[in-house]
Amino acid sequence: MDIIVSGLLLSGTYALVAMGLNLQYGVARIMNLANGEVLVLGALASFWLYTTDQISPLLTVVLVAPVAFIGNWLIYRFLLTPLVRRSKTQGHLEVDSILATFGMSFILIGIMVSIEGGFFVYKYLSTPISILGSTTSLSRFVAFIIAVLIGGLLYLWMNHTRSGVAVRAVSVGTEASGLVGINVPRVSAFAFALGGAIAAIGGALISTFITLDASIGVVFTLKALIIVIMGGVGDIRGAIVAAVILGVIETTVATLIDPGLTLAAAYLIFLIILLFRPQGLFGRRVL
Amino acid sequence: MIRRIILKTAFAAAFSLTALFSSAVSAADVIKIGAIAPKTGPLAGGTVVTHWPNIDLWVEQVNARGGLNVSGKKMTIELIQYDDKTNPGEHIKLAQRLAEQDKVDFIIAPYGTGFNIASAPVYGRYGYPMIAVSAITDKVYELTERYPNLFFTLGSTTAFVEGVRDILIEQRDAGAIGNEVAMVNVADAFGIELADRARDLFTEAGFKLVYDKSYPLGTPDLSPVMKGAKASGAKAFVAWSYPPDSFGLAEQAIIEDLDVAVYYSAVATSFPAFKGAYGNKINNVLGAGGTNVDDPKVAAYRKAHLDITGKTADYWASANTYASMQILEQSIEGSGSIDREVVTQYIKDNSFDTVMGTLKFENNVSETFWSVGQWQDGVFRGLKGSNVDGAVSVRTKSGWSE
Repeated sequence: MDIIVSGLLLSGTYALVAMGLNLQYGVARIMNLANGEVLVLGALASFWLYTTDQISPLLTVVLVAPVAFIGNWLIYRFLLTPLVRRSKTQGHLEVDSILATFGMSFILIGIMVSIEGGFFVYKYLSTPISILGSTTSLSRFVAFIIAVLIGGLLYLWMNHTRSGVAVRAVSVGTEASGLVGINVPRVSAFAFALGGAIAAIGGALISTFITLDASIGVVFTLKALIIVIMGGVGDIRGAIVAAVILGVIETTVATLIDPGLTLAAAYLIFLIILLFRPQGLFGRRVL
Repeated sequence: MIRRIILKTAFAAAFSLTALFSSAVSAADVIKIGAIAPKTGPLAGGTVVTHWPNIDLWVEQVNARGGLNVSGKKMTIELIQYDDKTNPGEHIKLAQRLAEQDKVDFIIAPYGTGFNIASAPVYGRYGYPMIAVSAITDKVYELTERYPNLFFTLGSTTAFVEGVRDILIEQRDAGAIGNEVAMVNVADAFGIELADRARDLFTEAGFKLVYDKSYPLGTPDLSPVMKGAKASGAKAFVAWSYPPDSFGLAEQAIIEDLDVAVYYSAVATSFPAFKGAYGNKINNVLGAGGTNVDDPKVAAYRKAHLDITGKTADYWASANTYASMQILEQSIEGSGSIDREVVTQYIKDNSFDTVMGTLKFENNVSETFWSVGQWQDGVFRGLKGSNVDGAVSVRTKSGWSE
C-alpha cells in the first residue's frame, strides 16, 4: 500500500514536470531544454513570495501561471518564431531549438542565481496526512491533486473542444493542419505558452516539498524528456501514463530492493520501451 | 628595450599619459587574489552559504583597513573570481587562466573535496599555497606528501565518523538507544567514503546496522528511505547526506514522525536555512560541524559576516573558510613577501591566530576542527571536535513537534 500511495504521489510530481514539455515539444515542435529552468523559476517565485511576504504557494500558482504564459508566449513569438520560419525540416527545427533553448537555460540560470544563489528552503503544508494507512505530506498530496486536475483538463480540452482538436491536429502534422485552415503559428505559440505555464505551476508546487536551487533545472528537463519520449510525443495520455509507470517503479525499487537503484530502474524501463516501442507508448509511428 | 618604451608611450598617448602612470603606480600596490568555485551547478547551493560570503567578507575587511601590509607597503586586494559551474574540467581551465593570464599572486582553495583533489596538481605546478577547507578525506597525508603546497584544515573522514560513533556509544551507555542503527548515505564519493568507514567503525563498536542503504544524489522522493529506516525500529538514525537531501530527509523524518533518540545528517544540517525551514522541529538534531558561538572571537566574526554580507554564517565550515584566509593574510604579512614559495614555507613553519583559535600545521594538516554539532534551542553548537574549546554535551531527540 505504501508503495502504491508513494508511487502515485511521485507520479503526480513527474506528470507536472512532463506535461509542459509534452505540449512544447509535441505541438510547437520546440525541444525546449530550458523547460526545467522555467519550472525552477516557478519554484523561485513561490519561495521568494513565501519567505518575503508569506504568500501561500497555492496563491503563487495562480499568479505565476499567467505570468509564465505571457513570458513563454513572448519567448516563442520573438525568439523562436524566426527559427520556425527559417527551418526547412522538422529535424532542422529541433537542432536549432535545442541550441537556442540551451542558451536560454543559461540566461535563466544566471538571472535566478542573481536573485537567490542558495537553496530554496521553505516549508509549506508539510504536515503529515494519512492516505489509506500510508503517511505522506499534505504538500505532496496537493501537488498530486493539481496534477490530476491539470492532466484531466488538458485531456478533456484536447479531445472535446474545437481548439483542443486544432492543437492535436498541429501535433500530428503542421503542414496538413495549415491546409485545413488552422492558424498553425498561433496554435503553436499557444501550446508553447501553455506548456511553460504548466511547468511554472509544477515548479511552484514541487518547491513545497523538494528543496531546489537555481541550477537544478536540468535534472527536471531530463526527467521530463524521458517521460515525454516514453509516453509518446504530443499525447497527454502518454505523459501521464509514463509518469505513473516511472513513479511507481521507482518507489517499488526503492522500497523493495534498494533506493540506490531507482535511477537505474528508471533508465532500464526507458531503454526497454525504446527498444520495443520507439515511438513511445501512445506515439504514432512517423513515416 | 628603448623601442618597447617608445611603443608603449605611443600606445598610451592614445588614451592619456596620466592614466598610464596612475595605473602603473596602483598595479604595484595591488595584490591579486584568485578564487574559483561554483556559482551555478549542484554545489552552488553550498558555496553561496559557506564559501563566497567569506571571501567577500575578508576582501572587504582587508581593503577597509588599507590592504595587506607587505614589508611596510600597503597592498589592497584585487579579487578575481570565476564560476567553475561545478565542473572539475572547467575549474582546471580557469585555474590555468588565473595563473597564466590574470597572473594572480595567490589563490583561495576550491570548494568540495573532489575539486580540491582534482585541482591540486595545477595549483601545485604554479606553486600556489592551497589552504583547503571544504575537503574531507582519509587520504590527507598521502595527498600532502604528493602536493607540498596543499594544506588541509577541516579534518578527515575517520574523525567525522568517530565523532558520530562516540555519541552513539555514549547514548547506548546512557540507555537512550540500543545496538541497532539505521544508516543511509548519498551515492556520491563523499557519502560512500563516510558510509564505508562508518560500517567498519560502528560494527567494531558493537553496533548493528539494521538498515543500510544508499540513494542517488537528487532523489526527488526520499519517503521510501525514511519509511525503511522507520520500519527497522532502530533508535539511532545516521545519514551521510549532502544538501539538498539533508533537507529532504529531515522533512520525511518529520512527516513519518521517526521515533529516534539520535538523528544525524551530515552536510547542510549546520546551515541557518535548516533551522529557517523547520524551526524548532529540528531541535536536538545532530549534524556535521559545529561552532562555539560563545567564543567572543566567533561572535564578532558572525556579526561581521552578517553585517557585511547580509547573510548568517553557517555553523561549521564558514568559520574555517574565513580562518584559511586569515592564515593566508598572516603569512603574507608575516613573511613580508608575495613570493609564493616564501609564503608556503611560512605557513608550514608558523602558527596563526584565527577565528578558529590558534592554528598550526603538522605535515600540512591542521588538527583543529569541529566534527559533530547539534541544534540546541536555535543554535547549532559543537559537541565533538579536535583541539576546540566550548563543546557542550549531547541531548537526545524526542519527537518532532515545534
